[in-house]
Amino acid sequence: MKTLQRSAGVAFVTLAAFGAQAAEVQVAVAANFAVPLERISVGFSAATGHTLKVAAGSTGKFYSQIIGGAPFEVLIAADDETPKKLITEGHAVAGSNFTYAIGKLVLWSAKPDFVDGQGAVLGSARFAHLAIANPKVAPYGAAGLQVIKARGLSEALAPKLVTGESIAQAFQFVSTGNADLGFVALSQVAVPGKPAVGSYWLVPQELYGEIRQDAVLLKPGADNPAAKALLAYLKSPAAQEVIRAFGYGIGM
Amino acid sequence: MTPEDWSAVRLTAQLAALTTLLLLIVGTPIGWWLARTRSRFKPLVASLVTMPLVLPPSVMGFYLLLLLGPQGPVGQLTQALGLGRLPFSFAGLVVASVLYSMPFVVQPLQQAFEAIPERTLEAAATLRAGPWDRFFSVVLPLARPGFLTASVLGFAHTVGEFGVVLMIGGNIPGVTRVLSVAIYGHVEALEFEAAHRLAAGMVVFAMVVLVALYMLSRPTGRAAQAAR
Repeated sequence: MKTLQRSAGVAFVTLAAFGAQAAEVQVAVAANFAVPLERISVGFSAATGHTLKVAAGSTGKFYSQIIGGAPFEVLIAADDETPKKLITEGHAVAGSNFTYAIGKLVLWSAKPDFVDGQGAVLGSARFAHLAIANPKVAPYGAAGLQVIKARGLSEALAPKLVTGESIAQAFQFVSTGNADLGFVALSQVAVPGKPAVGSYWLVPQELYGEIRQDAVLLKPGADNPAAKALLAYLKSPAAQEVIRAFGYGIGM
Repeated sequence: MTPEDWSAVRLTAQLAALTTLLLLIVGTPIGWWLARTRSRFKPLVASLVTMPLVLPPSVMGFYLLLLLGPQGPVGQLTQALGLGRLPFSFAGLVVASVLYSMPFVVQPLQQAFEAIPERTLEAAATLRAGPWDRFFSVVLPLARPGFLTASVLGFAHTVGEFGVVLMIGGNIPGVTRVLSVAIYGHVEALEFEAAHRLAAGMVVFAMVVLVALYMLSRPTGRAAQAAR
């Protein structure tokens, strides 16, 4: 089984090497960073001439796809564990991982004045559904659970939790009003120039483990100069300006 | 199998059974009308019924989320009636499944009804059988294989539903976490053992259902010939 997986991986890599154009990078990006990456890619393409092919989803899902031989060249994750694990397991280039952003969790509702500045609404009976991303695969979902636990509401809220497969689906549940509120990323509600409507509580850092978001060069991209250029560009002042504008902290 | 997995099995069976029952009730008049009508609206109605076969589940999930949501017309109606909101509820899954599995029930029924010759019904009418009598003592027995196929396909297809449930279900254990979603969750979390247990069960289930269907539907030809 292992050998089968490995040879499937090799086949994918070979395919990618023959099929990919030099100036293109296959990027897997955590859903919370999809929109910032879109903005960053404009500057990146202008500066380097390279283009990005982006797939957005949950970090955990990308992990299973990558170990299954997916031809992604760069992973822009929502945690620092997954890139480390990929390096240990030989799917990513050692030493290429770095923290490009520190994620901020918010409790958001599409309704104005619904979420108060202390998040007291969490303990109230004023809502039927609270959306979170699947905690097993999405770091922001896990962080949301930690906040609920810290508030001692795990049991009270369990029947009200609706789980999205990624933070993007959690966001979509709240934005359509089907969930009254939900834990999402600050970057999703504080989009520069296009802030989401409603009300939110910026969850204090002490209520959840720091969300260090790392990027890493994956094995299929090891020889692609454009993939390396993207990682370098993520550390540039131009990219960091965009990252900060979306409300992230800078990790370096 | 964990208790949560069993609850997914139970929930899926309940959803499929209720959906099939409702579809037989709703689908019989629709199938009958489609089989007998000469209305110029027939192509339109037939297309509407068949649409879920063609549309990606993501399209249905997306529009259901908007329609059933608090801003959507259906959502406002259900709230005004005091029924609450349908997404993330078992009732919501039933509504979605009825729409989604509709062609799998209506089409076999329609075909079975179409196969009943007009003169058989006329003969019954000359024997003073009223419309209801004709339906229950002539149409139903003749269309029995059609009802069987419709029930099996409706049930099986609802069990196999995934995309729509994923989009409007919210993955709540015991409420909306059906088998397909539970398997997806296990695979996503790399719990392959747990995924195998459920997935292999689904493969066996599908095989048994289809073999049973083909074995049961074989005599249909003979029965139909005997009827003529």
